Amino acid sequence: MNNAHAVVPKSSVFDVDAMLADTSVRIIVCCGAGGVGKTTTAAALALRAAEQGRKVVVLTIDPARRLAQSLGLGHLDNEPRPVVGINGTGSLDAMMLDMKRTFDEFVESAADPERAATILANPFYQSLSSSFAGTQEYMAMEKLGQLRSSAVVEDRWDLIVVDTPPSRSALDFLDAPRRLGSFLDGRFIRLLAAPAKAGGRAYMRVLSAGFGVFTSVLSKILGGQVLTDVQQFVASIDTLFGGFRERADETYAMLKADDTAFVVVTAPERDALREASYFVERLDGDDMPLAGLVLNRVASTSASAIDAATATSAAARLAVLGADTSAAILRIHAQLVATQDRQRRLAERFTSAHRHVPIAVVPTMPADVTDLTDLRTIGQALADG
Amino acid sequence: MAHVSDSDWEGVRLHIVTGKGGTGKTTVAGALALALATGGKRVLLIEVEGRQGIAQLFDVPPLDYNDRRIASAPDGGEVFGNALDSEEALLEFLDMFYNMRRAGSALQKMGAIDFATTIAPGVRDVLLTGKTKEAVRRKSGDDYVYDAVVMDAPPTGRITRFLNVNNEIADLARTGPIRSQADAVMAVIASPQTAVHVVTLLEEMPVQETADAITELQEAGLPVGAVIVNQVRVPLLSPTEQTRALEQTLDSAQLAIDLESVGITPTDDVIAALMHEAAAHAERVALEDRERFTIAELRIPTYELPFRPDGVDPGTLYDLAELLLTQGVA
Repeated sequence: MNNAHAVVPKSSVFDVDAMLADTSVRIIVCCGAGGVGKTTTAAALALRAAEQGRKVVVLTIDPARRLAQSLGLGHLDNEPRPVVGINGTGSLDAMMLDMKRTFDEFVESAADPERAATILANPFYQSLSSSFAGTQEYMAMEKLGQLRSSAVVEDRWDLIVVDTPPSRSALDFLDAPRRLGSFLDGRFIRLLAAPAKAGGRAYMRVLSAGFGVFTSVLSKILGGQVLTDVQQFVASIDTLFGGFRERADETYAMLKADDTAFVVVTAPERDALREASYFVERLDGDDMPLAGLVLNRVASTSASAIDAATATSAAARLAVLGADTSAAILRIHAQLVATQDRQRRLAERFTSAHRHVPIAVVPTMPADVTDLTDLRTIGQALADG
Repeated sequence: MAHVSDSDWEGVRLHIVTGKGGTGKTTVAGALALALATGGKRVLLIEVEGRQGIAQLFDVPPLDYNDRRIASAPDGGEVFGNALDSEEALLEFLDMFYNMRRAGSALQKMGAIDFATTIAPGVRDVLLTGKTKEAVRRKSGDDYVYDAVVMDAPPTGRITRFLNVNNEIADLARTGPIRSQADAVMAVIASPQTAVHVVTLLEEMPVQETADAITELQEAGLPVGAVIVNQVRVPLLSPTEQTRALEQTLDSAQLAIDLESVGITPTDDVIAALMHEAAAHAERVALEDRERFTIAELRIPTYELPFRPDGVDPGTLYDLAELLLTQGVA
């Protein structure tokens, strides 16, 4: 247990190296609120696993520029590329998700060239593949599925580490694909596509408020052209993909398998810990395998014998004696201990509600990640628990 | 403690607060609302991401779609809170244009509500910004109901798309009421009545995102307000001590003697730990100075709020509001 782990004294230590060494774990999913260091954690875990001998691919969603550069992801081409500079016998490939490209490839693989071209040119499809909420999550899942099958079929990798899209809620990663899938397979899009035909008598009954009003509202709100685009889109994808919802359900089921491990990333802040709680509860409820929680950017001190009050009063006395420098050093210590105390209070709310969740604590790093050495440092901190 | 300093944002009635996740934008939005309400004003604080961050911050029960009083500001001001909900806004919108609120449950069954509020790009944003615009312009008699509206907005990565609703719904609705609603929203948001403030920490990534967001906002013709720097470390070392700490040449022997004199046993471990902490503090202050310089190059008004080791509770929120006031924010 390192000093930082004093922040969560009552919890068990998340043994990150044991997870990385366990060859039955083939997918690690990193989730959490925005701004907690999810992408960096995913990259650090992937690098550490690779340098311990595994064949790893890391799928990042939206890495910060310098992190991307440190992985050699200068350009985005939606294909895993080897990361240069890995120590040992393992390997690391990295890629950045291009959601539109992934969707396009998905269409191209399912349809003959002529039909694919029609779909790709459809304005509704273009909007769907670039700006619909949930498309990024759906395509992240889709890509994960593809990586998994090439891992299995071609034996290219034995571990996939996935970062999850930045979204309003960490739960979106689990829910958005099915929401989008239900929409694409649902009654509403068919109604949009062919109001008069698909509507029929059944909808007349549902819409007691007046079906005619409803369709005219739709065309007024959305405009006639949109309905034509949707109609053409629905006609061309019909029976093509065997159901978007079904496909989303399959990927969802994959995440429940024994070879998946979820790592929830959070920071010792109120909002981030609340998101982490929601997520942990959801994984529990859905029987999804939670490996542990990473508590990132924690203040730590090795002089914990001197508490904040002692340091503050000693600083005041030293200042009177004219020992300004020593007084300042003690004030720095007092501030650090006060920060650590606050973080402990926040973390304890989480640990008392989720005693079974093992936690790895990562101390605050002085600067941002710029190269593999920095990622190794974070990997080491993760392993130190 | 009435403030006589002129506000830097005279004439601004809608303050939109964004920032990278984890920079404390909700806290800053709350402090800003209190500052603006100081001196007998009525201010509405709105959240749009369903996180109940305002309720937590002010320690009040969860907010809903109705404005509720959440705090008193100094000298007779009042802050109201509202957690905007896109589904409520949609039903209200349908009701307003088509008297269709009754059809709500049927629309729900077909997935139409879900489509409009969570899946279709931009519609949700038009609904939320539309409701905000309505609050800004709401009148009782000849007077505005609120002197100012503060929005705890989506993070920097999404803010331009969120506010630039015209552009966002361009593909989906070229005519019709959603389109006119978007135009009406832009008439307020892209006007001098609005200021978009960006909250940042003095760290590399948040500052980079701040610079990127400001460029994007400016390119979209949206009115950039201030950069509000949050959690600034107060330098605890003098300039000479700061230099020595960075060079790791602070006098550890002297520290041991001084600790002894106030009854703290100076073990080697304690001395090493304290020297390490002083060096880390100096590094952090040096980093903040570098980032501060980057922010200065953006050439837009900047305010600073200090780091609070104990965190922020409803009480310290008033201190932060006071600091914003003395710097001329309100």
